[in-house]
Amino acid sequence: MVRYLLKRLLLILVSLFAASIIIFLITEIIPGDVAQMILGQNVTPDALAALRERLGLMNPAYVRYAHWIGGVLSGNLGDSLSMQGVGIADLIVRRGRNSLFLAAASTILLVPLSLLMGVVAGLKEDKWPDSVISTISLIAISLPEFISATFLMLVFSVWLKWLPAASSINSDVSLFRQLTLLILPVTTVSLVLLGYVARMVRASVIESSRSNYARSAILKGLPPRLVNTRHILKNALLPSVTIIAMNIGWLFGGIIIVESVFGFPGLGSLVLFAIQQRDVPLIEDVVLLMAAAYLVLNLLADIVYALLNPRIRY
Amino acid sequence: MNTINGAPTTACPENEVSRLRQFFLALGSSLRSFGSTIRRLCASRVALISMIILVFWLLMSIVGPVIAPYSPTKHDLGARFQAPTLQHIFGTDRYGRDEFSRIVVGSRSVFLLSASSTLLSLLIGTFVGLLSGYVGGALDELIMRFTDILMSFPSLLFAMLMLGIMGPSFIGVVIVIAIVFFPRIARVVRSVVLDLKTKEFVEAAKVRGESALYIMFVEIFPNTLGPLGVEAAVRFGYAIFTSASLGFLGLGVQPPTPDWGLMMSDAQAYITTAPWMAVFPALAIASLTVAVNFLSDAIRKLENGDL
Repeated sequence: MVRYLLKRLLLILVSLFAASIIIFLITEIIPGDVAQMILGQNVTPDALAALRERLGLMNPAYVRYAHWIGGVLSGNLGDSLSMQGVGIADLIVRRGRNSLFLAAASTILLVPLSLLMGVVAGLKEDKWPDSVISTISLIAISLPEFISATFLMLVFSVWLKWLPAASSINSDVSLFRQLTLLILPVTTVSLVLLGYVARMVRASVIESSRSNYARSAILKGLPPRLVNTRHILKNALLPSVTIIAMNIGWLFGGIIIVESVFGFPGLGSLVLFAIQQRDVPLIEDVVLLMAAAYLVLNLLADIVYALLNPRIRY
Repeated sequence: MNTINGAPTTACPENEVSRLRQFFLALGSSLRSFGSTIRRLCASRVALISMIILVFWLLMSIVGPVIAPYSPTKHDLGARFQAPTLQHIFGTDRYGRDEFSRIVVGSRSVFLLSASSTLLSLLIGTFVGLLSGYVGGALDELIMRFTDILMSFPSLLFAMLMLGIMGPSFIGVVIVIAIVFFPRIARVVRSVVLDLKTKEFVEAAKVRGESALYIMFVEIFPNTLGPLGVEAAVRFGYAIFTSASLGFLGLGVQPPTPDWGLMMSDAQAYITTAPWMAVFPALAIASLTVAVNFLSDAIRKLENGDL
């Protein structure tokens, strides 16, 4: 296990290195000059040159790359370009906390519900519970997040007036109000994944119930209840850990859209803001962080899978 | 052994003609199977309704500008924020533009974007998959690791980054979606190729001295059409999903061109005061994505023999 973990950690480092190069190369092709963008058009050439010098823009690309990565590794993320004097590390911690909360709440809602839906649909294949669940989950994965967010807002905020439409969280607001602000974003983020995971779990339950071990369990006279719980579900639920992990990428995309729809102050809206402002240091740091979080989450899922599955021992 | 450029020296013009004929025969039979697929899909009620919705929007994207009662881009400041009436059946937006006209005309960019990005990703994916599967070895390993890296990056984040930096454009959206989608298509094609590579008809073609390109495209490619069709339908659904999301983020089609995603982002600020601005484009996008997904689900079931 330790050997396996070390190997995976090494792989993550390699992937992160590749990701950092890709991110750096993409930001390199920004048309125009960053210094010009900060200072605007009406500026003396001297001031421009001074700022270029200060930002290190005169250095060749590999020096700037090394400077960036060196900073990241030593925990110095630098300052944002578009928001003067705001430390990126500080910003990421503040925004990251909110995003983490959104992601965690969605996962807590998502995992039991999608497993339940998938298991019920799979065990009742082609009967009415399956038709209902399969239709709902197919609709759920069809709707882009900004569409389902809009429908939810229209129903619960505009029509019924139960919940607020925007969710700008700050610490002045009471805890209860913060929770009501989170209901719509959390539901929206979970929706696509809910449909997707439920469908995969259903397929895996059906596959398992058609297997030879399930048939022999039935034929040896085991009550259907026991066949379902001990033979079918035990095997069918294992892959769902991987399924859920595989879809973390969707969760990332979903969070970006949902945060921008609801005005939620998280990493997703931060990265959108950074891209719109072409704030290169901010883009580089946040995207690298997201890539790192994504890779680490995938590793965690694989570890959980290995711990749950007695057939896998490293 | 076969090399990509290693066309047999004995090939005479006559042979070339018969080869072309064979290729078109194969293409014809796959087209016939496409027809029978459509016929069998019509038997399923859900698939039929989905097809009707899809065809409806397809027609709209062609004749939209003719049907639209108003110009989709002309401002009418006397008619701002009007709720749906007989004059403006879907209401008007903050510049007094007719929402109905904008939706009808906007369907074109939805189809152009998602169809061309799906096609491009199919082209790249098929070629890469055939090459990787047929040539195998180090090239296969290299291509698969490269697609691994591409797939391990959150796709929307990647698309946003590329478009945000390069500046949003039609071509940009098509290329970015194709880059994000082609690895999965390549995998599907590759798995079929690996399965077929050792079959007798491929061996026979090798013995006949056919070139690697001929075997890849004439012998193997027609057999990938089934799984490729399923994948294409699924990818088309995701392409609509992704291009609409990018449009919503302001990274797709640029104003004043009418675009459903853009209309939705315009509507966000007025969702309590002018909810119709959000309702109708949302329904348009939802109807299209739901229809395409139900249709691709039916196609998948048909291909797997479940329908």
